[in-house]
Amino acid sequence: MLKDKDRIFTNIYGLGDAGLAGAQARGDWSATKDILAKGREQIIDEVKESGLRGRGGAGFGTGLKWSFMPKEIGARPHYLVVNADEGEPGTCKDREIMRFEPHKLVEGCLIASFAMGAHAAYIYIRGEFFREAEALQSAIDEAYAAGLIGPDACGSGWDFECYVHRGMGAYICGEETALIESLEGKKGQPRLKPPFPANAGLYGCPTTVNNVESIAVAPTILRRGHEWFANLGRANNTGTKLFNISGHVNNPCTVEEEMSIPLKELIEVHAGGVIGGWDNLKAIIPGGASVPCLPRSICDSVLMDFDSLRDVQSGLGTAAIMVMDQSTDIIAAIARLSAFYTHESCGQCTPCREGTGWMSRMMARLVSGEASVAEIDTLEKVSRQIEGHTICALGDAAAWPIQGLIRHFRPELEARIEQAKSRAA
Amino acid sequence: MPKITIDDIELEVEPGLTVLQACELAGKEIPRFCFHERLSVAGNCRMCLVEMERAPKPIASCAMPVGEGMVIRTDTEMVKKAREGVMEFLLINHPLDCPICDQGGECDLQDQAMGYGYDRSRFGEKKRAVDDPNLGPLVKTIMTRCIHCTRCVRFATEIAGVPELGLTGRGENVEIGTYVEKALSSELSGNMIDLCPVGALTSKPYAFMARSWELSKTESIDVMDAIGTNIRIDARGPGVMRILPRNNDDVNEEWLSDKGRFANDGLARQRLDKPYVRAGGKLTPVSWDQAFAAIQDKLKGMDGSKIAALAGDLADTESMAALKDLMASLGSNNLDCRQDGAPIGEGARAGHLFNSTIAGIDEADAILIIGSNPRWEAPVLNARIRERYLQGGLAIGVIGEALELTYRYEHLGAGTDALDAVTDGSSSFAGVLKDASKPMIILAAGAVARPDGAAVLAAARSIAEASGAISDDWNGFNMLHSRAGRVGGIEVGFLPGENGLATDGILDGAASGSIEAVYLLGADEIDMSRLGDAFVIYQGHHGDAGAHRADVILPGAAYTEKNATYVNTEGRAQRAQLATFPPGDAREDWAIIRALSAVLGKTLPYDTLADLRENMTMANPVFGAIDDIVRADWGAFGEAGALSGDDFSSEIENYYMTDPISRASETMARCIAEILQGDAPRTGTDG
Repeated sequence: MLKDKDRIFTNIYGLGDAGLAGAQARGDWSATKDILAKGREQIIDEVKESGLRGRGGAGFGTGLKWSFMPKEIGARPHYLVVNADEGEPGTCKDREIMRFEPHKLVEGCLIASFAMGAHAAYIYIRGEFFREAEALQSAIDEAYAAGLIGPDACGSGWDFECYVHRGMGAYICGEETALIESLEGKKGQPRLKPPFPANAGLYGCPTTVNNVESIAVAPTILRRGHEWFANLGRANNTGTKLFNISGHVNNPCTVEEEMSIPLKELIEVHAGGVIGGWDNLKAIIPGGASVPCLPRSICDSVLMDFDSLRDVQSGLGTAAIMVMDQSTDIIAAIARLSAFYTHESCGQCTPCREGTGWMSRMMARLVSGEASVAEIDTLEKVSRQIEGHTICALGDAAAWPIQGLIRHFRPELEARIEQAKSRAA
Repeated sequence: MPKITIDDIELEVEPGLTVLQACELAGKEIPRFCFHERLSVAGNCRMCLVEMERAPKPIASCAMPVGEGMVIRTDTEMVKKAREGVMEFLLINHPLDCPICDQGGECDLQDQAMGYGYDRSRFGEKKRAVDDPNLGPLVKTIMTRCIHCTRCVRFATEIAGVPELGLTGRGENVEIGTYVEKALSSELSGNMIDLCPVGALTSKPYAFMARSWELSKTESIDVMDAIGTNIRIDARGPGVMRILPRNNDDVNEEWLSDKGRFANDGLARQRLDKPYVRAGGKLTPVSWDQAFAAIQDKLKGMDGSKIAALAGDLADTESMAALKDLMASLGSNNLDCRQDGAPIGEGARAGHLFNSTIAGIDEADAILIIGSNPRWEAPVLNARIRERYLQGGLAIGVIGEALELTYRYEHLGAGTDALDAVTDGSSSFAGVLKDASKPMIILAAGAVARPDGAAVLAAARSIAEASGAISDDWNGFNMLHSRAGRVGGIEVGFLPGENGLATDGILDGAASGSIEAVYLLGADEIDMSRLGDAFVIYQGHHGDAGAHRADVILPGAAYTEKNATYVNTEGRAQRAQLATFPPGDAREDWAIIRALSAVLGKTLPYDTLADLRENMTMANPVFGAIDDIVRADWGAFGEAGALSGDDFSSEIENYYMTDPISRASETMARCIAEILQGDAPRTGTDG
């Protein structure tokens, strides 16, 4: 259980003032100049030491990512791009930050930009987040007016501009290189890597793309010390995390908790438990639509962190927990996700373009049982043919939920086929 | 140089190569659809996946630059599985209509499916079907076959410079199209057909005409412009079915202009297939002997000074050399290969050549274009300028019409005022040229075909000298020709001899009666009404303007029907080869002249083409250096004088019809209607 004193997002429910005065009262923007005075190297080192891993889903070390930026600013300017295109189904953490804690994000942008030698940050916000964009913009305006950002930000001597760019509603634009393409005014299609954005990103310049939460926690880490953050959670899975719990729970919520909290405890304590009790649980998708679901047997004991979930062949992803009780048609649920990925595939590369549609059609037939048992194996193989063969991770994201379904609920798939057969007979 | 290991083969490769290219060097063939050497890397087909040590996933070899110490495997089970998987995905929505597909037999998908395809399908769903957009009269679309490699999109955007194609939609609904349905406006659109790895884009005029394995393939040279594009002529029986480009990095890379590719149907229409003699005002078919006899009757005893010869724009050098020798033996100095009367070829050889060479464009850092529309006069060369432009660091100035050339340029003015301003240094572009290390001045041959042509030529020459464009290792003066036979004619010396008459003088003489016989060697671009009562011999292959005026017609061979040498705008002599035989009684042109010379009692001293070529090489070493360039020394040409003040305009008013062959082509007529005049069938969304 996270103690209240260790909470980073103290206004995540919007009970207090989201504006500058309220934020400053909660400690934001305090002695930002001193943090910047530590210098670029020191800031990056401290973030590295804190063990902060990217909160967007992949869990790559944030400090390490920052350190990939060129040390010297050459002919090309550096950019920070903040990925606020929170489109992962079930995820609603960045939304809360931008609504109620926007100054944490803006301050984080300043610090991260300074650490990477960037004079400009672009926050690419999901188009549907209209009010959130307003809240964020007003926080930026307040920060400009108070001299916290802009020329000589916080009196540090560092010039810093911060822009909000609203997306147009495509899931793929949450992929970092597709986001850069979209930001440049092009069609949102992922780029080939290499070159990585740290080498050639926005407008071909060194760029780092970070998730909202990764950036928003950085000022607190630097203020309270990396040891504090590193001591929360397990080794290699440190700090606190915003969890979104939705589905068949009594009290769906977004809550900040310590990393590595047991999944069962998280749901029982914060979400009021599964509807009808823990025994009524059927499956949980622990990290947003893209990760494989887990049956109850695993949910009993699994810890909510990157490594623990990886060990049970799933993932922490965005830590959006979707709870499904025994009333759920799990096949239909995964089929719905499969349809989502078919719709959101950008169509650029072959396996994803052709494979997602094939999979979702097979899934649709499996829902009604109009399939043969052999087709389950075909479906599994097709998902393996997509996974790892695409330009971006959307192919993997489309394959994993189906692999999770077949891994844990194959008897249910076969029973559905038998039912359909006997109905027809 | 990075060391890389591919399937246990260690090799050192150039830095900057991709893994795919390195694999080819190691002798490992990597299947691919989207990758193309001359286009940007898309990496979207995923067919070229290979295994790289320490990489958790297979990598797209086309997009991965080689690195020191890389260990690549192309032969593992993982690689095979990955490729088979991609192939299966490509085929699930592909119609597999190979029996009715024009790409059949030369289809990358078909070929690679033999290597990586399963023998049966696991796909039980309905296949996708896609509407076919109308891209105009040249490119046929069957988009259900499309595998979305985006080669065509990248070609249109990057090489052709007409960003009209794009990938619309998302996921499995993506489609290649022109957004709003319209005909492609590029003069290079046919190259998309070659680039398309499947049968989605095929040739509209060639649709259902032949199968690739039925065609005899002949390597030859294009004559629809003066670039000398290297082509392959695919023929079946007597018909030229289609024309494709060949790779030649010094000339056309691997592109071919639409006129060169699609005007081939003109070779089968309006042909002169037997000799004719005018009797009682009417052309009557006769035998070769009768035709020669008619000429002999007329020329017998006629003074040489009353005889003249004009060579046309498609004339080959052998026939011009033979005709020149015949005229000399008849005592005539009145001959010219410049139907437009441009004062070209009268000074140093450098004055009529593209001296920087086409490949030299790659090195240029400033280009001044005078009086030209390179997009129409030489589409392939224009693409080369664009290619150089895209690399950055190239300043381009244009004097003449302000046209869409597919690159940005500074328009310095339309007329000779602008030329004067560059000459006297008052234009800022004069400074740009001076500061450039390799400046180019491109002067259209058409820009000197005007009364002050010699002065324009001299002005361009002085700009080149003043800009430092002439040095030991760089000659920045370039004349851009658009007529395939012109440079060859000048190199042969098909020009007025001592006191001989040039085109204008010949036509005036014919009108006044001082010239009594005119020999037109494929010359159709002159004003026939000026020939007066002269006795006109027309030797050529099409019933065009010259044939209508002729008193005797000698049917010759088109460029696909003879072994002949053409000299391109750079002065590069290249050989066209016989792909089909001339129709009917028509014969190779030099042989007609040789036969006529015997009838006239002035037998020319060569019995074979080889003898004739030896003669030509003795007279001019250019003809001995086939496929090469003999460098031209800098010297005097042009004649300084007052400029008229008139605006420049391109000599080509209508790209699709410039010569007897393209004028006879139905495809070219459709291009004019649908592309230039925009009469293509429209959808409801487009006006």
